[in-house]
Amino acid sequence: MRDVCIVGIGQIPVGEHWDKSLRELGAEAVHLALLDAQIERPEALIVGNMLSGQISHQENLGALIADFAGLRGVEAVKVEAACASAAAALRQAYLLVAGGVMDVVVACGVEKMTDTAQDNTTAALAAAADAEYESEHGLSFVGLNGLLMQRYMYEYGYQHTDLANFAITAHRNAVNNPNAMFRKAITAEAFAKAKMIASPVCLLDSAGIADGAAAVVLAPSTLANALAKPKVCIAASAAATDSLALHDRHDLLELAAARISAQKAYAQAHTHPGEIDFFELHDAFTIISTLSLEACGFAERGRGARLAMENEISLQGRIPIATMGGLKARGHPVGATGIYQVIEAVQQLRGEAGANQLAGCRLGMTQNIGGSGANVITHILERVS
Amino acid sequence: MSLASSWRTRKQRLSLKGEICPHCREKLFPPRDICPYCGGPAKTEFAFSGKGAVYSYTTMHTAPQGFEQQTPYIAALIKMTEGPLVTAQLTDVTAEDVYIGMPVEMVTRRISEEGEDGLINYSFKFRPVLANSMQQAAAR
Ligand SMILES: [Zn+2]
Repeated sequence: MRDVCIVGIGQIPVGEHWDKSLRELGAEAVHLALLDAQIERPEALIVGNMLSGQISHQENLGALIADFAGLRGVEAVKVEAACASAAAALRQAYLLVAGGVMDVVVACGVEKMTDTAQDNTTAALAAAADAEYESEHGLSFVGLNGLLMQRYMYEYGYQHTDLANFAITAHRNAVNNPNAMFRKAITAEAFAKAKMIASPVCLLDSAGIADGAAAVVLAPSTLANALAKPKVCIAASAAATDSLALHDRHDLLELAAARISAQKAYAQAHTHPGEIDFFELHDAFTIISTLSLEACGFAERGRGARLAMENEISLQGRIPIATMGGLKARGHPVGATGIYQVIEAVQQLRGEAGANQLAGCRLGMTQNIGGSGANVITHILERVS
Repeated sequence: MSLASSWRTRKQRLSLKGEICPHCREKLFPPRDICPYCGGPAKTEFAFSGKGAVYSYTTMHTAPQGFEQQTPYIAALIKMTEGPLVTAQLTDVTAEDVYIGMPVEMVTRRISEEGEDGLINYSFKFRPVLANSMQQAAAR
């Protein structure tokens, strides 16, 4: 396996892009990433997306995005892993370059979610769950997280507001991110009063859905040496799966796939949670942040929420998360999210994170979760001098 | 749910038919033919009693398509007496009265509005075990 670097990044601000279609969003992100890398043409394009078939009635995104990005002719394909689709695309691109099959590959995550009514989007997202035995009973994706959160609070004795700091921290960090959807701080009072969606999950526990597209260019380390930007390598890329349905889990409150993919990633990068400088986790819901921190070894079981309560997740804390706003406040264009996370990690490692820059960071971890923990993809990025 | 899918899953939806693994004796619901515990084939039919307790629950205020008319409704994970968890709605109970550990039993109910193929979907829901039937059970 060859060392692989991220040599270009490109992102569209997350939001409601009424004036842009799926193809325009994707093509623009790819174009920006290639510009950043100063590379004209990759050998392949891997597109991550979850909902285009359901919401835009458009599939065959590999060829579509390639064509509109001015890359007609290159090999291109779409991969899907629910909300982890973008990290899945990145991992496929990584494997191509690491394996020596290709030298320059672009991974792009794209999602268009605002072209349809809210209940339609809710139903489309529920397709990430078990259609015959969860969605069939009226469980939305938020509902499944409600089940997780209720049980977590019951087993470990937390109040709903104990998890508020996950949302508050994300919003505070998004204020300084020009690509974030919600650049506004929120208060504990606002969290406590927010509208219930699927109790105990309220509006401010959950990430906002939106349109977005983000892309990265991968190349072998040797090729990256020629470029002017600080060098960021992919030190680990690891994935694992679990049952789709919550009722099929052997242990409801453990994200086993998150644990397994993180452990594989630590082994690949010869590191451990104590050495990770920051963690772009999958904060689609506050309960998922909690469970992810526990599964990845940043907190003991039942103690993930404590990290938030004790402010250890802030930019100055022991393990900063959502440093540019996370899914919660940057916004969560589901099939694009995984690459936004990676781009934000690259920005931190390059020293391009502006007001939210973490001093002297070297190792950043990203984790993209598809379904309620069914498909989990973890990457560790490293600044190499 | 499509007509074909409705027909295919009728036994589990209407009478909680699952499976038992002949190798490790784990009981499986919904049926899946391959045991997730030991990896062996598990096609022996097993009928669940329909008795259990609430393991977790959520009150749905915003519903997916097909369920909008029912809000707010309570969806739950039920820990069945025989072991497995099952996802279902609770019925004949209000959000104020439900609690983790509440004894419940299976009933058959209409679960959503007319779906694909003009089909009315019937399936299991769970309701609190009635007080007198609990006393009867205790007396036995
Ligand atoms: Zn078995």
